Amino acid sequence: MQHPHNGGAGDLLEVRGLSKVFGTLKACDNIDLAIARGEIHALLGENGAGKSTLVKMLFGSLEPNAGEIFWKGEPVVIGNPAKARALGIGMVFQHFSLFEALTAAENIALSLDRDTPIREIAARARDLSSAYGLPLDPFALVGDLSVGERQRIEIIRCLLQKPELIILDEPTSVLTPQEADKLFETLGRLRGEGKSILYISHRLEEVKRLCDRATVLRHGKVVAHCDPRRETAASLARMMVGNEVVRATRPAAPLVAGTEILGICGLSRKPAGPFSIPLRNIWLKVHGGEVLGIAGVAGNGQSEFFEAVSGEALQESADVIRIRGTSAGRMGINRRRLLGAAFVPEERLGHGAAPAMRLSENLLLSRFRTDARAFLGTLGVIRTGSTASAAKRIVAAMDVRKSGDDPEASALSGGNLQKFIIGRELDRQPALIVVNQPTWGVDAGAAAHIRQSLIDLARSGSAVLVISQDLDELFEMSDAIAVMHDGQLSAPIPIAEATYERIGLLMGGADAAHSAAENA
Amino acid sequence: MMRIEIVKRPQRSALFSALSPFIALALTVIAGAILFAMLGKNPAEALYYYFIDPLREEWSLHELAIKAAPLILIAVGLSVCYLSNNWNIGAEGQFIIGAMAGSILPVMFPAFQNAFVLPLMLLMGVLGGAAYAAIPALLKTRFNTNEILTSLMLVYVAQLFLDWMVRGPWRNPEGFNFPETRRFHPDAVLPEIWSASGRANWGFVFALLAALALWFLLSRTLKGFEVKVIGQSPRAGRFAGFSTARMVFFAFLVSGGLAGLAGISEVSGAIGQLRPSISPGYGFTAIIVAFLGRLNPLGIVAAGLVLALTYLGGEAAQISLGVSDKVARVFQGMILFFVLGCDALIHYRFRIVRGQPAQTNPGSA
Repeated sequence: MQHPHNGGAGDLLEVRGLSKVFGTLKACDNIDLAIARGEIHALLGENGAGKSTLVKMLFGSLEPNAGEIFWKGEPVVIGNPAKARALGIGMVFQHFSLFEALTAAENIALSLDRDTPIREIAARARDLSSAYGLPLDPFALVGDLSVGERQRIEIIRCLLQKPELIILDEPTSVLTPQEADKLFETLGRLRGEGKSILYISHRLEEVKRLCDRATVLRHGKVVAHCDPRRETAASLARMMVGNEVVRATRPAAPLVAGTEILGICGLSRKPAGPFSIPLRNIWLKVHGGEVLGIAGVAGNGQSEFFEAVSGEALQESADVIRIRGTSAGRMGINRRRLLGAAFVPEERLGHGAAPAMRLSENLLLSRFRTDARAFLGTLGVIRTGSTASAAKRIVAAMDVRKSGDDPEASALSGGNLQKFIIGRELDRQPALIVVNQPTWGVDAGAAAHIRQSLIDLARSGSAVLVISQDLDELFEMSDAIAVMHDGQLSAPIPIAEATYERIGLLMGGADAAHSAAENA
Repeated sequence: MMRIEIVKRPQRSALFSALSPFIALALTVIAGAILFAMLGKNPAEALYYYFIDPLREEWSLHELAIKAAPLILIAVGLSVCYLSNNWNIGAEGQFIIGAMAGSILPVMFPAFQNAFVLPLMLLMGVLGGAAYAAIPALLKTRFNTNEILTSLMLVYVAQLFLDWMVRGPWRNPEGFNFPETRRFHPDAVLPEIWSASGRANWGFVFALLAALALWFLLSRTLKGFEVKVIGQSPRAGRFAGFSTARMVFFAFLVSGGLAGLAGISEVSGAIGQLRPSISPGYGFTAIIVAFLGRLNPLGIVAAGLVLALTYLGGEAAQISLGVSDKVARVFQGMILFFVLGCDALIHYRFRIVRGQPAQTNPGSA
């Protein structure tokens, strides 16, 4: 492979032939990468392409099996994250690790090696936050902060170590478009100071907009070094996936609205715990034949809403939730399923599926009541023959890739398990399906398959309600999009009138309250 | 600086998971040999008297069944608890209360003698044990108390209650002030299975039936599926529409009922009256049995026989080797230690790391 970058002397970090093997899987295979001073370098790739493994080796959390790392031209061994920080490498993780009951400054203090008085940390954090356009109150409780603000804590925590290279792992996956814009400004300012940034993402538009160079990974190998500004989103996607990306096709919605399948009338819910979001007076109707999307930044009440609709949490009054005309607010999840509803939660392992159980057993998890006649004999004896054949049918219909005949759920990759879980519900031909984050962490091929099968279900006459943080996904699938912010739901906007800006503003909290007034 | 890290193995070996109880038993025997050697006994001879001699005669096989019956009965019930993530440590108390509830008829109404007495006694034993187990279940579901503490503390309540009853209200009026109840009349005694060869009673049959029934329940039915789902991932259980609170009661009532049945079978079959102490710690030893049997009712039958042997071996060693019968407790403790140790090493491996400890990174947690 040719040398990835010509200006070798100016490189801050260079990696040659870096490899990491887990068992028989080559997570990173002979990776070459060079990051120059003062550049924003994108690391692109699908889930499972090896991005996280590579970054963990750079940050000292994983030990490479082969290859060399050069820091400012000198070979280095990065044995642990402390060593990485000492060299000047900082990292902002995708999943924050902040204590919600502590203030921002206290959280920052926890990560510093020395005993620094909280007041001094707060002062320094305040300086940094004004210098880089990251507004933050150091004495605010983390539990009260939005996701975007929490990310700022992580960034300031990282900047306090005065790093020369900052690694950002999928930073915009939790931000509204407007919050992302602010983040890009900050990153631009850091680049202006000569700091280098390694920017991990699978969002092609923002990479094109922000990054100077890109390294594309596929199946653990570098497939290209390129200048993203000279590429199109489609060409970048081709490099990532290896072939044309299939987009779900959405036939026109029926002109006449179908009958109302799901009606939510004034759903409110008190917070279940100190940091969970209360739901405030939510009104919504979903009709047969349509896909309704609910957008929103994570942690704005989506999980609470899902639990309330699925019946994992009951409502105070039966009339709050209507499923196919029946008041279901006091019904548990299985009675709602018997009315024709199906549910797919966000968390695959441990919620949608029991990790240590086989696929045929996980099939029973959501269907032992609705399909009792097929799957259960006298005395509740499980008919293993029919559960196994039904599992086989679902595996075939959804193209679930697995090893072994009937493996445990935890042995499947995220995308394949999600295909199975969605297939388990589609197999019933439900009149209503409520899906929370249908393609979170799922590779592009599987995601397209999942979206298409949900659209097909809607066009066959069922109602589909999709809760997602991924705006691209919602624009691809939905006939109308409503936005959830701080436990409130906006009125649905027909897809023809919806724009990223309009949805983004609602995600940020602009006039979310009007929906209640409009519907009441 | 050197430190030891415990690292989770990416895959656990199916072979070693299955072998784990046997490895544990082998290690127990080796450790036992070392123990006997340190006591100045010939290890081979000591182990022979401990583990082989009790199995050589018909009557002592009957004794083995007598000791195994309560262990198996209690342990299969506990397997339901532990599989569903309910930590009932109080089977000893449920055993005692079951025994006392079942003894109400022969002790307080000795004149009531007919064929119905025994079935009624067994039923009352089951109900007594189940009711006593319902207390920690209620406390857990209503007040979110820790069932390990409450069920354990209730053991001591039960022991002292039994002690007081046999010294006080229930003392045998013709018993020369010995702290014991009147002896059960013949209708109240659990018959022997095959009295020509030994004194094993129907309690052992109950144990085998209970093991078979629970094996069927756990491995073949929706209820067993519910037990396992709630135990492994409570959130998935809720998604399936299973009620965690109802499962707490189910698990505690089943295990308490079986412990109560074990109690009344022991009193009515093996002892024939209530005394201040009616159990050599069956309720606690059954915890070892449950884990040695891999929480599988059929495995528990085998494990129950093994642990019963440690009781018999302890008695035999006392007679033929002149060592304390506390040796039995030592062996039971070693078995549990090695079983848990083997399981830990199957799931995790230890790694010795030299050098500076890695800075725990706040972000990577």
